[in-house]
Amino acid sequence: MKDLTVIKTGMTLALIAAICTTLVAATYQSTKSRIAANEKALLEQSLQTALAGVFYDSSVSESRLILQAPHELPGNDAAIIYRVFAKKKPAAALFAVTARDGFSGPIRILLGVDIAGKVTGVRILQHRETPGLGDKIESARSDWVFQFDGHAIGNPVLTAWAIKDDGGDFDQLTGASVTPRAVINAVRDTLVYFDANRDEIFSLPATEESE
Amino acid sequence: MTSGGLIERMQTGLWTENPGLVQLLGLCPLLAVTTTFVNGLGLGIATLLVLTCSNALVSATRRWIKQEIRIPVFVLIIASLVTCVELIFKAWFPTLDRSLGIFIPLIVTNCAIVARAEVFASRNPIGASIADGIGMGAGFAMLLMAIGAFRELVGQASIFSRLDMLTGGEPFEGFSFADSGLLLAILPPGAFFSLALAVALKNYLDRKRRIARSAGMPSSLRETRK
Repeated sequence: MKDLTVIKTGMTLALIAAICTTLVAATYQSTKSRIAANEKALLEQSLQTALAGVFYDSSVSESRLILQAPHELPGNDAAIIYRVFAKKKPAAALFAVTARDGFSGPIRILLGVDIAGKVTGVRILQHRETPGLGDKIESARSDWVFQFDGHAIGNPVLTAWAIKDDGGDFDQLTGASVTPRAVINAVRDTLVYFDANRDEIFSLPATEESE
Repeated sequence: MTSGGLIERMQTGLWTENPGLVQLLGLCPLLAVTTTFVNGLGLGIATLLVLTCSNALVSATRRWIKQEIRIPVFVLIIASLVTCVELIFKAWFPTLDRSLGIFIPLIVTNCAIVARAEVFASRNPIGASIADGIGMGAGFAMLLMAIGAFRELVGQASIFSRLDMLTGGEPFEGFSFADSGLLLAILPPGAFFSLALAVALKNYLDRKRRIARSAGMPSSLRETRK
């Protein structure tokens, strides 16, 4: 019977698919909390590094504000804003936003801005850029990401927020121009948003943990 | 298979049929991530794990898998294993995972793995298949480490930088010998040059051994050319 063979073969395939899915699901379940803890630890660490030169006395992650998409910040997933206070007065804000136009997938960026609108640090949280080329946006791999420090909207002017090849003020990376462009655009757009919504950002209540 | 056979299996993967040096399989990850020794070691371990487990699973299920569905089954098994390895790396070696980026999930497309499933594991008992997986995986990992170490030495004039990504602990900058090296070595062309040198070295060693062996034979059997 030929039909029976087809069914049997199909069943074998389904069974193996089920076993493989179980394997992946089990691994996911057992690593989930560790992965989440790793990401949180990394976030806490990066949060501090993007606040160079800012005096603050508030707990950074408690003042978290989550903006669900659609919002005016870069990226079409939720944007996170951490507000930083000194003696109850706004001192700086940290943005976790997504640049969608990276070379291979979205780039998650952390950007610190002080109350005057000056960049206090930019760090890359997550990316899938080409190793050896685009991954130089990581602070551990090159100094590229430090060039934003101290800049603001108007310094340089909006049109100069681009790599030098495109007539801008910022350095590019050898062998990778898509990646720096994506990061620069996201930084610029976030700064513009901060300039326009400064008061509102610091007055909104913190978003509750949803889990 | 006897234990001598198993050892011979491993030698095949490590040297005589090394997937990188002889079969030239899996070149995309090989060329892309070997900018440092630690990257090579990390991807090497991940590939070794996936290859050994996939060979074991393919060999264990070979009696029930019909010819027609073997490729989808291989793909399923390999893709699941790679996903598991990726999750494990994310959980225990987060910095290394970030450094290797897309190349951990891309182990799925490493043709060395599906080639061993098809050519060896689907036709041989489980013990031999595991030995083959370990041999081939270790062969590939050794090549990744050798090329990674070579490119790091020449390109950055340092060695073992960021070893903390595997071992944990404080960031470790490695042993540095000079401020900068020959940048070409860590750029993509350097990868091709390094691989070419490695293949040439292997062929040279093989030929030397062959000539040494044939020197003891009667002249009529002696090999003069390859």
